[in-house]
Amino acid sequence: MDKTRTDTVAAPRRFPLREALLFLVLLAAVLGVYGVMGAAYSTRMLVEAACYAILALGLTIQWGYAGQFNAGVMGFVALGGFCAMFFSVPVNEAFWGSELPGELGRVLLYGVGAVILVVGACRLDRLGVPKKLRTVIAVLLAVVLYMVVISAFREVTDQIESRADFVGGLGLPAWVGWIFGGALAGGVGYFIGRICLGLRSDYLAIATIGIAEIIKAFLKNSDWLTRGTATVSPLPWPVPGPAEVGFTLARALYFSVTAVLIAVIFFLLHRAYHAPWGRMIRAIRDNEVSASAMGKNINRRRLEIFVLGCILMGIGGAVLGSFNSLFDPQGYLPLNHTFLVLVMVILGGPGNNLGTIFGAVAVYIIWLMSEPLALFLMELAVSFGEGAFGWDAPTNLDSRALQARVLVIGLLITLVLRFAPKGLLPEKVKHVD
Amino acid sequence: MPLLDARDVHGGYGGMNILNGVNMTIEADEIGVIVGPNGAGKSTMLKAIFGLLHVSQGEILLRGEPIQNLPPNKLVQKGMGFVPQEYNVFPSLTVKENLQMGAYLKPGNVKRMLARVYEFFPPLYDKRHQPAGELSGGQRQMVAMGRALMAEPDVLLLDEPTAGLSPLYMNEIFERVKEVNAAGVGILMVEQNAKQALAIADKGFVLAAGQNRFTDTGAALLADPEVAKSFLGG
Amino acid sequence: MNELVFFINNVVIAGSVTGSIYAIGAVGVTLIFSIMRFAHFAHGDMMTFGAFMVLLLTTLFPQAGAAIGVPTPLIMLPLAMVLTAALAVGIDRAFYKPLRAHGVKPIVLVIGSLGVTLMLQGLIRLFAGTGGESLYVDDRKEIFRLALPIEGVRVPVVITEPQLYLFVLTLVAVVGLHFFLSRSRLGKAMRAMSDNPDLAQASGINTNTIVAVTWVIAGGLAAIAGTLLSLDVTFKPDLSFFLLLPIFAAAIVGGVGHPYGAIAGGFVVGFAETLAVFNWSVLLRPFRDSLPEWLSLPGNLAFVGTEYKIVVPFFILVVILVWRPTGIFKGKVI
Repeated sequence: MDKTRTDTVAAPRRFPLREALLFLVLLAAVLGVYGVMGAAYSTRMLVEAACYAILALGLTIQWGYAGQFNAGVMGFVALGGFCAMFFSVPVNEAFWGSELPGELGRVLLYGVGAVILVVGACRLDRLGVPKKLRTVIAVLLAVVLYMVVISAFREVTDQIESRADFVGGLGLPAWVGWIFGGALAGGVGYFIGRICLGLRSDYLAIATIGIAEIIKAFLKNSDWLTRGTATVSPLPWPVPGPAEVGFTLARALYFSVTAVLIAVIFFLLHRAYHAPWGRMIRAIRDNEVSASAMGKNINRRRLEIFVLGCILMGIGGAVLGSFNSLFDPQGYLPLNHTFLVLVMVILGGPGNNLGTIFGAVAVYIIWLMSEPLALFLMELAVSFGEGAFGWDAPTNLDSRALQARVLVIGLLITLVLRFAPKGLLPEKVKHVD
Repeated sequence: MPLLDARDVHGGYGGMNILNGVNMTIEADEIGVIVGPNGAGKSTMLKAIFGLLHVSQGEILLRGEPIQNLPPNKLVQKGMGFVPQEYNVFPSLTVKENLQMGAYLKPGNVKRMLARVYEFFPPLYDKRHQPAGELSGGQRQMVAMGRALMAEPDVLLLDEPTAGLSPLYMNEIFERVKEVNAAGVGILMVEQNAKQALAIADKGFVLAAGQNRFTDTGAALLADPEVAKSFLGG
Repeated sequence: MNELVFFINNVVIAGSVTGSIYAIGAVGVTLIFSIMRFAHFAHGDMMTFGAFMVLLLTTLFPQAGAAIGVPTPLIMLPLAMVLTAALAVGIDRAFYKPLRAHGVKPIVLVIGSLGVTLMLQGLIRLFAGTGGESLYVDDRKEIFRLALPIEGVRVPVVITEPQLYLFVLTLVAVVGLHFFLSRSRLGKAMRAMSDNPDLAQASGINTNTIVAVTWVIAGGLAAIAGTLLSLDVTFKPDLSFFLLLPIFAAAIVGGVGHPYGAIAGGFVVGFAETLAVFNWSVLLRPFRDSLPEWLSLPGNLAFVGTEYKIVVPFFILVVILVWRPTGIFKGKVI
């Protein structure tokens, strides 16, 4: 650890040899994939890698800049994907043409009214009601009103499902969904951050894992809103689709959109990192006590950075969702959408934006290539086993081969933490003597 | 052969040296007291002896055997006890359990030593089933000293045993220290209440900037006008 | 009265079952937290691993239990506990100890434990496949129906054989743990180290031994909890993510680092879950006719559907973090 530090202190403005070398290797790998797998497949891979890079940037500012560990990236990605779907999918006339929107609005209004009543009950002590009694009244009222509202709500959603399939979308351009995806993810992040950021960092990890599973459960089971397991497709693209200009060109156009997006995010983050705000964030991460002694509002700054990270994850999830052109809540897996991003960040270099992007693309290529490779190795082992010992291989080999990837990701996380805790491209900590 | 003999001890945290050559010798039945201004390295010296701090130069001998940089649990086995200044009890364990932990490495001692510790500190016997965290500061200090005594040490290191105590308790603790010493345990303690501490000391060490400034008997240091002027507040 | 029996079956028994499992899991988590000061996320997978070992051994020797008249999985449980404890110690040596030696922040250990989670999950699925399997390989799951000797009660109280074993085992585990922590030398040393690690070291307590003992206990308890869960339902390799939240919620509700609190927290979360998914309209049905006209009773009066069960521990977690982050029994660490 000390070694890298002295290194960066001694030569703050040296030629970035390490960076250049790593990116050259990455370029070679991309070209290799193009050569072997063809242009359409490889461009798709690049677009997805770019989306993951946005997610990884979101995580790198939370973990790398501020030391907050978000273990529920999947939830924010899913929220982004949902927004991309909800805003861009065509309007469902069967729903809007009926009286159902009014019914739904009425129930939502009930909900708002119930919240106001409960909040009011919580203030009863100001009218002279004893505190204990107030608590009892408020809790009872909350339970009863919750039951009333949720029963009405269930009725309406059942109606929607049976008569209109689902509420449908808003028929707006895809980028509107991306913006709202970021906003929604940021809002949920704000809620979690408010509760957990003042406490030990472990609590944030637990709470984010929980919220991610809840978001997934909600999206999966709210058939009236998302069609649940029936999935929604196709999702419109912000650029001409494959049907109009062919797979490769359409994906290349999409890639250029994501590339611009990453460039903008990268530039803004770079500015923020070197601005007083970024210095403050890092000061808090490195020495919380002295930062607070200097009068920094620690929890406020922490909340800002956490929400910012969640917004990026929401945007990345939305862009990824639009590109997949399919909204499938069951497709969101902790492995693919939380831990893969985590590996990208800690391998690339937490706190180093360039390193994070490098990590995202490199890990994604390895991830995609590992699937055929694992299958190949499995088949090799089986044919060897059959030939040598007459081993009767299990039939569900394909799904088991995929489990090997879970193992490898886990091993990678522990090994990187142990042997390269700063990643391949470490954050450059500048020391002023 | 002296009980504890520290020769030219250097050491500190990280790259920073706090001790720059400290010498200390106490015999088997003596009370040694370390006094000095804040930041002189008094507590640091105790920690260095007890293996909580890396000694970069010099040697520390316990009955002639070099012990510098041994881990604390080895030192406990060799007959050394240490009472930290703060956080010196297990708050959720009862008084009795705290004492039992002191004899962790010598489980055969527990019964006999418990009786002795209760003799030294009678208030502890009445509170033996209470969690140590609920006791007053003075009683907690007794638990801490009792815990260290449970292992039957030959030498006991005390880090500011009277810090934060009321004068009444302070006297009580000094009395106990004298009693423990009379029972044959060598004492080396750091004290802020320099006058009172030197009054019971066989040997006194005045440290400043990580080095010995004055080393003499307790009585001689108390009588020395220069020590009195610069370190004992006139 | 039938409704009351229905309530007993669906809430009292079911709540005690899940509560026991969460309690045993949460005790392990809280012990690890109090000794090593980090949230051990791989605990759910240690539970799964323990259950998997039982499954493996039961499949290998399906007749072992018949000899003394208990289901084979229970015979295999002690062996599985030993194996899981060995795994826990091994994982600590291989992955957590080097990180601790580097003096990393606790949150890095948390990430490391997530890495371990994935490795265990991958390994278990590689060998066990992804489907569910019953631990009752060669035995029959007995179901006891206790008809109540009360006039007009037709519904019997239903309790299954594994549930009975579960209650007995939970009781044994809790009592055993209590005596270990309050009477034994090692148990007291463990509490001492959780109170004040530096002083424990200064007292001559070998902290490496205590760490190893903690893993042995946590691993053994995890094997019990995982096996009991799999006996009650079926063995599934991907249980862990759904166990993680309730177990941690239980540990935090009880006050982190507080074993008895964790047990209480486990039952709080277990009962909260069953109460939340219970359809309350069943209990109100007898009064249906006496209700006023305007108040028609909906058929479904559950707080949340079973598919949203995971919301319950999360809700409890949020409430406790906002209202009293130290937990009801005042845990040590926030």
